[in-house]
Amino acid sequence: MMDIKDIVKEENLVYTKTKLMTDNILSYCPGCGHGTAHRIVMEVIDELGLQSQTVGIAPVGCSVLAYDFMNIDMIQAAHGRAPAVATGVKRTMPDKYVFTYQGDGDLAAIGTAETIHVCNRGENITMIFINNGIYGMTGGQMAPTTLEGMKTSTSPYGRDLKSMGNPLKITELIAQLPGTYYVTRQAVHTPAAVRKTKKAVFKAFEVQKEKKGISFIEIVSNCNSGWKMSPVKSNEWMVEHMFPFYPMGDIKVDGELVKSNKAEVKS
Amino acid sequence: MAKVQGAIVVDTDRCKGCEVCIPACPTEVIGLANEVNGKGYHYAYMANPDACIGCANCAIVCPDGVISVYKVKKVA
Repeated sequence: MMDIKDIVKEENLVYTKTKLMTDNILSYCPGCGHGTAHRIVMEVIDELGLQSQTVGIAPVGCSVLAYDFMNIDMIQAAHGRAPAVATGVKRTMPDKYVFTYQGDGDLAAIGTAETIHVCNRGENITMIFINNGIYGMTGGQMAPTTLEGMKTSTSPYGRDLKSMGNPLKITELIAQLPGTYYVTRQAVHTPAAVRKTKKAVFKAFEVQKEKKGISFIEIVSNCNSGWKMSPVKSNEWMVEHMFPFYPMGDIKVDGELVKSNKAEVKS
Repeated sequence: MAKVQGAIVVDTDRCKGCEVCIPACPTEVIGLANEVNGKGYHYAYMANPDACIGCANCAIVCPDGVISVYKVKKVA
């Protein structure tokens, strides 16, 4: 057996946090998928060498401070208006790579109009959508994406479809629009899921490079504080309850809807 | 005997002790320390260092990116 000191050397390094993530301590709760999602996006930008050519748009929500953690040019938009701001940035600087990073309260609730119209116009940007089915930052209230029967602080007996309406599958909705080119749904709870998500983000930036239209990546994530579970338990709960309603996989590839968009539950 | 040996270095000050890395490890290397860091979290550490194969699974699921992974090929 080799001594650990002999292994821990610069030349043996296989993985470390990318330089595009700042050294600031993330403001997220322990085990939150936001941190992983941030790092995946930054790794892709790093590997494509686009640090100086990318503009990110931060939302309102838990990830409002994304500009503190992502070591690239960032703008923090008003609540739900990140796609509108991204449109402006992309149209004035068409050579820049522009992405929005939004949660479900931002993208699927207050920003629904912006989301739908930007996707319908087919602005050449990338949208990263973190869906945890809850308003995490404000104390775990019910969001449009909250599942049926899911307990939140404003639906303490579980979401009742009759009085509270149906959960919104915004990703399937925008996939129907002609402006979207690549729409997919991924997760970040296991190493395999992280690798798949990274591939999807790579593809999204390629689509943007080729100026084909919107690339939209939904990342189904946990909110262990809002769901009142431990991080590992919340990931298990997510696989059991979120994935049947929000199935993993591509929804639209190369501008064509994927026909067999089967529910693919991964542990 | 594994042909490769790995090691992880955890940035203990930034680790939040969420335990997401523990089920991600295929060889059950990682455990939580009895000690806490400056923020009061039990941080992850190599409880079983000999079993580490340097696959980096723990590092890529770590939400806070606190794990660095090193790997060497063993000579005979």
